[in-house]
Amino acid sequence: MLSRVAEAVYWLARYIERAENVARFIDVNYNLTLGEGSTLGHQWAPLVYTTGDESLFQELYGEPTRETVLQFLAYDKRNPNSILSCVANARENARSVRETITVPMWQQINTFYLMVTAAARQGQPLTEPNEFCDAVKQASHTILGQTYATMSHGEAWHFARMGRLMERADKTSRIVDVQYYLLLPSAKDVGSSLDVVRWSALLRSASALTMYRRVHGPITPNNVARFLVLDRDFPRAVHFCIVRAQDSLCHITGSAQGTFKCRCEQLMGRQRMELDYTSIEDIIRQGMHEYIDQFQLHLNELGIAIHNDFFRLPTNTTEASQSQTQSSS
Amino acid sequence: MIYESVGYDEMFSAEGAPRTACEPFVTRLQEIPDAELRNRQQAAELNLHNMGITFNVYGHEDGTEKVWPFDLLPRIIDSDEWQRVEQGLKQRIHALNLFVSDIYNEQHILRDGIVPRELLQSAKTYREQMAGFKPPQGVWCHISGVDLIRHADGTIYVLEDNLRCPSGVSYVLENREVMKRAFAKVFEGMSVVPVEEYPEQLLQTMLECAPPHVSDPTAVVLTPGIYNSAYFEHTFLAQQMGVELVQGSDLIVDNGYVYMRTTKGVQRVDVIYRRIDDDFLDPKCFREDSCLGVAGLIDAYRRGNVTLANAPGTGVADDKAVYAYVPQIIKYYLGEDAILSNVPTYICSDESQRDYVIHHLDELVVKPTNESGGYGILMGPQASQAERDEYVELIKANPRNYIAQPMLQLSTVPTLVEDKLEPRHVDLRPFVLCGKDIYVMPGGLTRVALRRGSMVVNSSQGGGSKDTWVLRSDGPHSVGNHNAHVENGSSNA
Repeated sequence: MLSRVAEAVYWLARYIERAENVARFIDVNYNLTLGEGSTLGHQWAPLVYTTGDESLFQELYGEPTRETVLQFLAYDKRNPNSILSCVANARENARSVRETITVPMWQQINTFYLMVTAAARQGQPLTEPNEFCDAVKQASHTILGQTYATMSHGEAWHFARMGRLMERADKTSRIVDVQYYLLLPSAKDVGSSLDVVRWSALLRSASALTMYRRVHGPITPNNVARFLVLDRDFPRAVHFCIVRAQDSLCHITGSAQGTFKCRCEQLMGRQRMELDYTSIEDIIRQGMHEYIDQFQLHLNELGIAIHNDFFRLPTNTTEASQSQTQSSS
Repeated sequence: MIYESVGYDEMFSAEGAPRTACEPFVTRLQEIPDAELRNRQQAAELNLHNMGITFNVYGHEDGTEKVWPFDLLPRIIDSDEWQRVEQGLKQRIHALNLFVSDIYNEQHILRDGIVPRELLQSAKTYREQMAGFKPPQGVWCHISGVDLIRHADGTIYVLEDNLRCPSGVSYVLENREVMKRAFAKVFEGMSVVPVEEYPEQLLQTMLECAPPHVSDPTAVVLTPGIYNSAYFEHTFLAQQMGVELVQGSDLIVDNGYVYMRTTKGVQRVDVIYRRIDDDFLDPKCFREDSCLGVAGLIDAYRRGNVTLANAPGTGVADDKAVYAYVPQIIKYYLGEDAILSNVPTYICSDESQRDYVIHHLDELVVKPTNESGGYGILMGPQASQAERDEYVELIKANPRNYIAQPMLQLSTVPTLVEDKLEPRHVDLRPFVLCGKDIYVMPGGLTRVALRRGSMVVNSSQGGGSKDTWVLRSDGPHSVGNHNAHVENGSSNA
């Protein structure tokens, strides 16, 4: 298939997944702040860290408040990772490959875009984001379903799946990183009493609470991290995402498992192996933040390799094709 | 906003001013136009509908599932008052647990003549099969739901202790969820203690009370099945705790151990949160015709190979005649005065009290000692002479089966009726968990009688519910952390 088409499909899927994750972060954080007695900015600042855009935020808004964080994450066009920007980018990519994606997929993406732009155009601050976030998650899942059920599971489909899973792995690892950092010291402060409500919220942000309970039962920080990073069966866990992403990559290249022909296969294989044989104790020993930092670096490198191996135009074009934004870290 | 209440209202004082704790809420509420309130109410109902939050009404042919009736306006409890209630509940459950333990073992309290022996011997809920039994951690009543009401005098009374299979906690959690979605604008900025910890606490309670030799216990919820009125709650709790929801037919007993049938063969079960009444638990031990239970379960239980929550036989402590003795029971075991008041209660098996009841039926509420759900109650002042005469005969024929209490005026909370606020009567059922420590869920289930003037809050009879807000105190340690420890089997005063 054409490199350009592959790239568009890959990014289309990534942007939809990114929009969904931003909606998840907002939704859960909002739910947590209700009943907290104040609407201070400090409850909202961590969200900007989770999406990795704190310097841009600072530049545009200064000190975080509830309104500005919500505006920035949901509707701000100047933020390339806002829900609005993501959905608009996804649609632009979809427009360029309408012959490759199916009609139901296109229609769903377009409807999604219209819904988000209409909400943003109302010009009102997003005071009660629950409904909006639900709609975003729902739209993302509908696109996922349409893609699964109406598109041939061939090369283009595997590019879409790989994009989606890499994005999800990135976002899950970020939220674990930020929340683990925020929640762990407080667990020590109060002694034995764990903030079950907040740890549950972290799981809920990945819709993971029900499945977590079935695997681990009571909530402990280590098990929460174990589940969200290392679980093999939970579809938002980092490990799950990388295993499936590698599977798609193998379908694209035709390489046998455990072999490689290009740089991105090499990096993907190493990352997958690393997750296959890591225990939560290893991660804790290394430090959660250090571990995830390392993972993010690998993921970025992998993203660049995918770009170089599949999407970049031949070298006689002076400028490599403009690459779309990975989330900055 | 026009709102007139008669009697004690939880949100407004007799002069019509908001009570101090409710001021921020009332201010916020007044900013909301009436039409908007109605929209929010509809949004909440739609939410409940979509979430599938239902209950079953027996005897209704057209669709057994009914959507849970919910009113948007919360019942608000200030933190000081709640601290007192919480202490009172811990004290009460602590004492009742010691009482049950004593009844099935040494019976000190009967020998010391604090509670009449005949009363216990004649209790339908007494289970002779439990005599001499000591459950793990000494806990009999793992999960209790104590019904509280506030009378016109402003005092909170305990109306009954539900120590068997109290239901309603799932609605507390779902009400809060719905409230956050439908009424977020009002919720924001309020200081409300979260309730979402409950499933974790429940799971911990069950695991703590597992048979002591088991290192990684497996817990399950045992349901009678989809036709039970509380089936929604059974599925909800199993899902929230991440444990299997089993029916009797999923379990077998082999060589004194309980197992569930799985695709990988049988797997041992160590703790059962059973939502089946004692009578139906085990056809070998209780009712032979039960097809809901598991043959041999009680034998496995008595051997200490499985924990049942609650233990069979806890019904003796929520018998309505025993209820009358709870203040003495607390004094006897803990040496303390009861923190929460009892409603004055006339026990019909006592001759002089019976005479009083028969001559004052027009002022009293008569209740069967061993029923729940509001069944079999006579509201004396509202009943006809014929109905009262009928009850005189019933009482004379079986005095042990009846108690009587003065008619209490339940407090009210503003409730949305069309687009106006009207007072409606409420009660409150907080949930108490007893494992190594005693945990009280902040707030509980506020049930509301949706019909004007009605005091019947049962969902089977036109009742609905409200979210219950326990406000955070200003200090860093919000709700009191005193934990009553339950000692293993010790029952001496």
